[in-house]
Amino acid sequence: MKKFQGRVIAPGTVTAEAVVSHGGFNTLASLQGALQFGDKKATCGDQNNPDLHGKELAGKALCLPQTIGSTTGGLVIYCACAMQRQPACMLFSNPIDSLAAAGSILASVWLPDVQMPVIDSLGEEFLDYVKHGMKITVEADGTVTVE
Amino acid sequence: MFLTDEQQAILAGSQGETMAKVWKTLVMYGEAFGADKMVPVTSKYNHLVTSFGLKMMKPVFDLMQQLIDAGAVSGQQFSVDPRPVDKNVPANFLQNLIFNKIMYATQESYEGQLKELGLMDDNAFTCACYLDQVGNKPQMGEVLSWAESSAVVYANSVLGARCNRNSGIMDIMGSIAGYVPNFGLLTDEGRKATWLIKVETTKKPEAQLLGSAIGMKVMEDVPYIQGLDKWLGTELTDEVCSYLKDFGAATASNGAVGLYHIDNLTPEAKALGGSLMTEEVKVYVIDDAELARVQAEYPVMWKNPDAKPKLCFVGCPHMSLQQLKDWTVAVENGLQEAGNKKVLIPTVFTTAPAVKAEFEKTEYAARLKATGVILSYICPLMYMNNPLCKAMPVMTSSNKLRTYTTARYYTEDEILAKITKGGC
Repeated sequence: MKKFQGRVIAPGTVTAEAVVSHGGFNTLASLQGALQFGDKKATCGDQNNPDLHGKELAGKALCLPQTIGSTTGGLVIYCACAMQRQPACMLFSNPIDSLAAAGSILASVWLPDVQMPVIDSLGEEFLDYVKHGMKITVEADGTVTVE
Repeated sequence: MFLTDEQQAILAGSQGETMAKVWKTLVMYGEAFGADKMVPVTSKYNHLVTSFGLKMMKPVFDLMQQLIDAGAVSGQQFSVDPRPVDKNVPANFLQNLIFNKIMYATQESYEGQLKELGLMDDNAFTCACYLDQVGNKPQMGEVLSWAESSAVVYANSVLGARCNRNSGIMDIMGSIAGYVPNFGLLTDEGRKATWLIKVETTKKPEAQLLGSAIGMKVMEDVPYIQGLDKWLGTELTDEVCSYLKDFGAATASNGAVGLYHIDNLTPEAKALGGSLMTEEVKVYVIDDAELARVQAEYPVMWKNPDAKPKLCFVGCPHMSLQQLKDWTVAVENGLQEAGNKKVLIPTVFTTAPAVKAEFEKTEYAARLKATGVILSYICPLMYMNNPLCKAMPVMTSSNKLRTYTTARYYTEDEILAKITKGGC
C-alpha cells in the first residue's frame, strides 16, 4: 500500500478499481464510440492506447498522465458525467491539462448531482506504482491510497 | 486570481444565476492553472468546436438552451466546425439511415441553437475558419476563446494570436463573459519552447507525419523546430500555410500541441529566434528513419489489412484553395500517366463551404469533377464515427482522421498513386 498526495481539482471521495494509461489519454478517441452507441460500461475505443483499448472505464479509477487530442475532450467528459458513464475519478500524475480541467470543472459547476473527484500532480511515481485492478481510495484532501 | 469589483459582483449573481455560473466556470478554470487575472477577448469572431447534432451530446444542447433562455449569449459572432453530413458523399442505405435518423437526427435543431447563440452565417461551418475565404482570421496578439485543436494551434503558431487549448463549451463560456483567464499560451512565459526539434531529413518531410512524430513526443509542450525552413523557406506563402495547417493539426491530435515555433518562419520565431526557448530544452532529432519508424508503428485497424480501399478522404483539416488547385493538377497528371480517366477509388476532398464556392468559380472545379473526385464540406471524422465505417476500409492522408477513426494513413504520394493508378 502506498499513499500519494495530489491537488484537488474537483472535490469528492471514492473507492474504485484502477485502470491505468501510461501514455496520454485521448478522450475523444477513447469515449466517443462508447457514448454514441449506448455502451454503459464506456469501453475504451482508442486504438492507439494499448494500456486501455477495450477496457471498461465507467466507474473505474482512471489513472493517467494527462489527456490529449481533440478539444472536444472536455465536453466528452461533461457528456459522460451527464450520462452517468464517467470514471469514478480521474487521477493525474502530471498537472492537469486544459481539456480535462474544462470537462471536470464544467461537470462540477453545471451538473451538481454528479460526483467525479479529480486529483492532479500525483507525480511520476504514482503512475509507476499503480497497476490495473489495484484498489484506489480518494480522500477529500487529495490523498490517494493505492493498494 | 485578481477579479475586479464588477467581476466579483457578476460572480456573486448581479447578472443572474446563469451568468454567475459562466463566470464561476471560467474562474475555476483559471485557478486550476494559476491564472493571475481575467483578460478581455479581443478577436472579432469566436470559433466553436461543436458543430454536430449528435444525440450523445444532449447534455450539451441542454446546457446551450439554458444559456439561451437566460439571455447569456455572446457579443461575438462565431464560426463552428464542419457539418457532419453531406448527401454528395458516398453512403449506402444503411449508413444514410444511421446518419440522418439516428446519429445526427438533432442536427437541424442544434443549428437553430447555434444561430441564436451568434453563428456568423449559414456557411460558417469549417475547422479551418482562418482561411481567407471564411473570414475568421485573427490578428497577431489578439486574445481568443476558441476551441478546435487544429484551429487553435494554427492561430497561435502561424498567426501569432493568443489562445489556450480550450475545450468545447469552455470556448463559448469565454466568449459570453468577454473574458478568459490569463494563463498558459496567453502569456509570454507560456509561449516559450521546452523542446528543440532538429529536422534532419533528406527531403521535405510529409506535414502530417512530421506533425504526428512531434505531437507524440512533446505532448502538450511547445516545440521550437529547426531545419524545417530549409524545406519550407522563410515566407508564409499559401503553400507554406497549407503545409503548416496540416502539420499543426497532426501535432494537436497525435499529441496536444497548442503552439509551435519554426525557426526563421513563424512570426514569433522570426522576431525572437532562439530566445523563445527556455534555458534547458529537451532535444528530439527527426531524420528519415525516425519518420519511417513512426509511420510503421501506426496500427492498421482494417478487418482485412489487405482489403482494397472503398473510400478515400483528403482534407482533415479542410483543404485550402491552393491545395484544391494543386491536388486537381496532381490527380489529372496521375490519371494521365496511368492511362485512366477517373479515380479508381471513391475519393472525397473536403473543404470549407466558402472555399468550395470560391474554387467553383475557377477552371479547376470542372477539371476536378472530371476526375471523379467528390468535393464536400463534410467533416470526415464525423462521417466515420459509426460502427458501419469501422468495417469499411477507408484511407486518408490525415493523421487526425487516422487517430480518431479506423481510417488508414498513407502519405500524399501513396494516396495519389492508389487513387489514380491503383497501387503505390
